Amino acid sequence: MADKQIKKEKFINKTEWIIILSAIVLPFLFSFSPYVQGLLIFVMIWVVLGSSWNLLAGFTGLVSFGHAAYFGIGAYAAGLLFLHFKISPWWGLLLGGPVAVIVGYLLGIMVFRLRGPYFALGTLASAEILRIIFGEEEWLTNGHNGILYITTWVTKYPYYFIALALALGAVFSVKAVMRAKAGFYFLSIREDEDAAQALGIDTQRYKNIATVISTFWAGTAGAFYMIYMGFIDPEVVFSLHNISIITILVGIIGGVGTIWGPAVGAVIMVLVQEIFRSALFGLAPAWVSRLHALAFGLLVIFVILYLAGGVVGDWDLIRKKFGLTKKAETAE
Amino acid sequence: MDMFLQTLVSGLLIGGLYAIIGIGMTLIMGVLGIINLAHGQILMVAMYITWILWQSFGIDPYLGMFITVPIVFYFGQFLAKYLLHPLIEKDSILPENQVLMTVGIGMVLVELARSIFSSDYRSVQTGYTDVVWHLGKISLSMPIVIDFFLAMLLTLGLFWLLMRTDLGRAIRATAQDKEAATLMGISAKKITILTFGLGSALTAAAGSLFLPIYYLYPDVGPLFTLKAFVITILGGLGSTVGAIAGGLVLGIAETFGATYFSMGYRDAVGLVIFLVVLIFFPGGLKRFTKV
Repeated sequence: MADKQIKKEKFINKTEWIIILSAIVLPFLFSFSPYVQGLLIFVMIWVVLGSSWNLLAGFTGLVSFGHAAYFGIGAYAAGLLFLHFKISPWWGLLLGGPVAVIVGYLLGIMVFRLRGPYFALGTLASAEILRIIFGEEEWLTNGHNGILYITTWVTKYPYYFIALALALGAVFSVKAVMRAKAGFYFLSIREDEDAAQALGIDTQRYKNIATVISTFWAGTAGAFYMIYMGFIDPEVVFSLHNISIITILVGIIGGVGTIWGPAVGAVIMVLVQEIFRSALFGLAPAWVSRLHALAFGLLVIFVILYLAGGVVGDWDLIRKKFGLTKKAETAE
Repeated sequence: MDMFLQTLVSGLLIGGLYAIIGIGMTLIMGVLGIINLAHGQILMVAMYITWILWQSFGIDPYLGMFITVPIVFYFGQFLAKYLLHPLIEKDSILPENQVLMTVGIGMVLVELARSIFSSDYRSVQTGYTDVVWHLGKISLSMPIVIDFFLAMLLTLGLFWLLMRTDLGRAIRATAQDKEAATLMGISAKKITILTFGLGSALTAAAGSLFLPIYYLYPDVGPLFTLKAFVITILGGLGSTVGAIAGGLVLGIAETFGATYFSMGYRDAVGLVIFLVVLIFFPGGLKRFTKV
């Protein structure tokens, strides 16, 4: 029943076309403000990371606390190419994903033997170990001094459209795989890994497939971050707090296990942080700007308590609360 | 040889402090069945409370502990009652919802501390901070030695509580089998909340003890959370004796890593041990101690 409904729908439905078109128009509306355009680019990076995490955690049930590992590896794949061989980091954009996949696979050999909380802690620890190694091995990575690269363009448009392409690629690749047979296997692994295995699903193989897609996008996001920011250091790209945790929170706020959840979560996260960082657009006293991370944290607690499915997952609930449901629907 | 002994003793002393952080975590793990990723942040809150007591009222950190620990005990109960326990009945896609909640709590606590106290490093200066005892060729910092013995005292007290009192029996019963415990007339909710408070109180005590020998800044929280779960996994989830052993092992491993390997890798040593234990010896030291 459920799978027939999904198959009947077109791959890109009407709402999604509207979202895509408005995303294309958006930067031109803000052509007066490179600052807003920069924020939009960050939204796109978070969409890629959030979707990547969501495929692994939300759909396959492998809650990773170490997505910074793949993000950082992708960023350093581009960065090291430039540092050692003077090759443009743009090649890293192609390389970042595959390298992250390889590293993700190697880490996976270790952490996939673990389940539940152990898996979460195992991923967390591997990301932290990578952070420390990349900080200490200066001959390889230039340590805490990081890698600096003069960005190619001053204007934000090309970056925005590349980021948008990556974000759409990530979201729709998740959608595509979830419509395919593999998607149903992922869900069955999430619900009950032992039962899935008993039904003849090669759980190890499908977990690996989910990881390959997930790490590929996380690595690509990292490489793009390197190209766009022009600077990386281990404390930034391997950050437990600023990358791994925020990635999870983006997924939770938007809606775990929904296609568009991470995208919505990314918008909300950047919006909330920037509203507070700019102290309500300069209206509130300056100390408000220090509360941006706090506000986001409180939002997370609120969402977990009252909207367990996230904004997208509990959209019907939200509509009901605010009386947005059409009368005909309520009557049923 | 002297250096070896010195390193061993320093590691052991720090390990005693790590042990009570680990016991707090393992208690929560045993009863609530979750990893508390706000554990270090609660420790940080306790450190700030003790610091305020010292800064504003001139109360010595060791005395301040008697005020800090009860405050954090009730604070932990509050968190469990209103933020963690309500999630048990909630349906959600991820079973890790409570863990994610502790992440949220931890984030809020760090950011609160940052907005109130800024990111400055703070420390406590007391008459005994710089006192060093010499034992042969080994030098011992006085506050660390005091800390170690107080930590051991606390551990013994906790064991007495767990083994000899009705409350302790109720906690152990709930940890072993929640449903059976409920059938025996134990209120699982009450015990859950109380245990989270108790775990928080233990880590709060560790925070007060750490204050004279450590720097205080908001990000100290996440650092100790990492240590806490390394200790817990090392000792075996839910094992109290294991947590003590885990704490001592981590303390010794860290100091040896720092002395003989590289200062920068000090924090990585614990994590590497952690991964090795997780993969090759799941169950940790609990296998050998069976408690």
